[in-house]
Order: sequence, then structure tokens, then C-alpha cells
Amino acid sequence: MTADVDLTPARMLRGEHVFRVVSKLNTDILVGYCWCGEAQESEDPIALWTWLLEHPDGHSSGRGGESPSAGRPQVLEPA
Amino acid sequence: MSSWPRNQWYVAAYSAEVTEELMARTICGEPMVFYRTSDGEVVALADRCVHRRFPLSKSHLVDDNVICGYHGFTYDRTGTCLAAPGQKRIPRTARVPAFHLLEQDSLVWVWIGETDRADESTVPRAPWLDSPDYTTVRGLEPLKARYGLLVDNLMDLSHETYLHGGYIGTPEVAETPITTEVDDEAQVIYVSRHMDDAACPPFYATSTGIEGRITRWQDIEYHPPCLYLLHSRVAPVGTPDPAEDGRDEPAFHVEVVYAITPETEHSTHDFWMVARDFALEDQGVSDFLAESNRTVVLQDVEALDVLEVVVEGEKENYQELSINIDTGGLAARRIIARQLTKGEAVTA
Ligand code: FES
Ligand SMILES: [Fe+2]
Repeated sequence: MTADVDLTPARMLRGEHVFRVVSKLNTDILVGYCWCGEAQESEDPIALWTWLLEHPDGHSSGRGGESPSAGRPQVLEPA
Repeated sequence: MSSWPRNQWYVAAYSAEVTEELMARTICGEPMVFYRTSDGEVVALADRCVHRRFPLSKSHLVDDNVICGYHGFTYDRTGTCLAAPGQKRIPRTARVPAFHLLEQDSLVWVWIGETDRADESTVPRAPWLDSPDYTTVRGLEPLKARYGLLVDNLMDLSHETYLHGGYIGTPEVAETPITTEVDDEAQVIYVSRHMDDAACPPFYATSTGIEGRITRWQDIEYHPPCLYLLHSRVAPVGTPDPAEDGRDEPAFHVEVVYAITPETEHSTHDFWMVARDFALEDQGVSDFLAESNRTVVLQDVEALDVLEVVVEGEKENYQELSINIDTGGLAARRIIARQLTKGEAVTA
């Protein structure tokens, strides 16, 4: 569900575990991508970083798609 | 606990600054004396004589050894005392700490932390600074503000439009969306803003000779805590993007480099460099870029000096407000915070 997200400019960091936050064009929404492929939207950069940085903890217990845990930012559009 | 991460490399000086004369500089709260030996090696010793703490930087350099200007204790490049006045026996504890240095890319890096943990391969590179394909101008401004304020400042270029209008700021800078990437393992933050059709600020118009509107790319690559690289690409609108292999002849490239080195808890060394891959021999362009960039740096210095006083005076839990433009700055703060705990953990 990311077709409407502006992904330019091209990815720059080449590491395996790169977090990425892009501005959604013509909105105040930020889209955060974990390196696992999951994404979240938020209007608050602090909340978004918090989600991104805590997110990989779930990687060891299972594949992506687990239910949101408490304390996550307001999710405007689950990926 | 200091406010800067320990067990990290910091830029202490430009290579050209270190000569066969003693030079004092405080880095991360450590007073140091720098000099270059006759065989070209850069040395940094603690700037305190073990005898009565006289600053070695106010002493004399003779045959690559420092002779204390007060009573004559003599130290070699490793900080070992070779001679004490009026006696043959040299006290066993007579030595001043020597710092681990690395000279690379025209910069002198110093390791702040436990010597046995210094890994030279982790020093970030800025090869254009001494590349024959680039011409570099540079300066060093004293900043009476904590280094974190300069990190914030450089991570968000939106302030260019307001603080640096007429030099590097144009309306598009604040209006173009930003992409931020963070590689935690590599400890790099990348903040990218690509303007497809922007006004050309005087900084670039005058140096490149471009007259119309430009494609303007600003790609920030920050290697916390110290090295900040701004890859700036400027080209007339309609110029093709760089080729797959990175070749990009029709565009102008300016590599703006900052080294952000804490001096004390409330002051910072603001090293700034501007390297360009065009008009290499043109002294007029060099003078113009040096003068403009220094003006821009001083605009920041003036603002941050004021901000430091405000921050020092504020209440314990003052709440800042962060918005989208702060995404990169927030990522930088977080990596620095982790470097802080990591650097201390081992020391404790
Ligand atoms: S203080 Fe240096 S020799 Fe006495
Ligand atoms: Fe600035």
C-alpha cells in the first residue's frame, strides 16, 4: 500500500539494515520503512523513530505482521 | 559522564596547522599540545607538565623534544621524560600522556578514549579534501555552544532559507521534502533533499557561472560524532541524472565538510571545508567560496552562541517541539546517545 508514496530520491545507504523515512508528497505525513519491509505512517517524527527502532525486536520472534504493541504511534495507514 | 561520546575519533586539527611549533588546543575537555617532528610525525601530548603543571604549549621544542618552559623537564614524542633539572634520576612516574593520532585526508584525528581500543579503520573518509581533482578552501571558527547544537543545525538545512537567505538559502530548500536513512550498524545517517527546479543561490551562481534555474541536490552523510559531509550537486535544469557508474560530468559538485569537535562542555571547534570539482585553478572562485562559506558559518555561530545561553538558562525539563524537518537531527541524537552509553560502559 505504498504506491502513493514518493520514494525519490533513490536509496543511498547500502547496508542490510537501513531504516528509511520519507515525506509523503504534498502531505505532512512521514512514512517510515523498517529494513524488514514493514512500514508505518505518522505525523510525528519522534513517534515514528520510536516505532522503527523498537520494531526489529519483533524480528526474532516471528516474521513481520504481528499486531501492534502498546505505545506505538498513531498509525494512519497500516502497511 | 561527559556529554560527548568517548572511545571515538575526533578531528583535532588540519594537517597544515601542525608544524614544528608547539600548538595548544583543547579537544573534548583535554588540553593538548600538538607539534610535528622533523621526520613529519604529528604528536599530541597532554598540555600539562607533570612537575608543576606548566603548559607544555608555552615551552620549547628542541630536537623533537619538548623542554618545559618553567623548570626544564624534557619529554620525547611519547611523553616519556628524558631529563629533569638538577638531578640524574628521573622519577618513574614522570611522563605525560600521549594521544593516539591518525593523519588522513588532510585532517589530524585524535582518539578520545582507551588507547587499546583505537581502531584506525573506523575513521570516516573524506578523500576529496586532498585529492588533485578537487580544490578545497577551509577555516575553523570557535563556537561558544555545545557541540549538540551544531549537530542539530547541520542536520536540518531548512534553516538555510531563513538564516542564510541571500547566500545558500532559497525558498525551495525549506519546501522540498526530505528522505532520511539510518544504518545503525555502520553508524551513518543520510539526509537527502533533491530539488528538481530551484533558484540558484549566489553561492553557486557566482562560483559555477550557471545563470538559470538549477537541479539542486543536498545529500548529507553524517558519521557521528564528528564527521559531516554534505554532497552538493548543482546542474542547470534539464541536465541528465548521474550515470549508473556514478559519472556525472555535466554537473558541478561541491563537497562541504564539517568536523564537529567538542572543545569543552560549552564550546566547540567548528571546522569547515568546501571542496569543488570545477574551476580548480581559479583563485577568484576559491576566494569567493571561502568568503561566502565563512559568512554562512558565522551566521550559524552567531545564532548558536545565543542559543547556548538560552539552553544553559532553561529549566530542567523544557519540552522542545519536533516536526518533520527534524527527522534527521533526531536520528543523529539517538545514535550519539547510544555512542555515549557504549563509550562509557567499557570505561566504567
Ligand atoms: S612545571 Fe615543568 S618543569 Fe616544573
Ligand atoms: Fe547554517
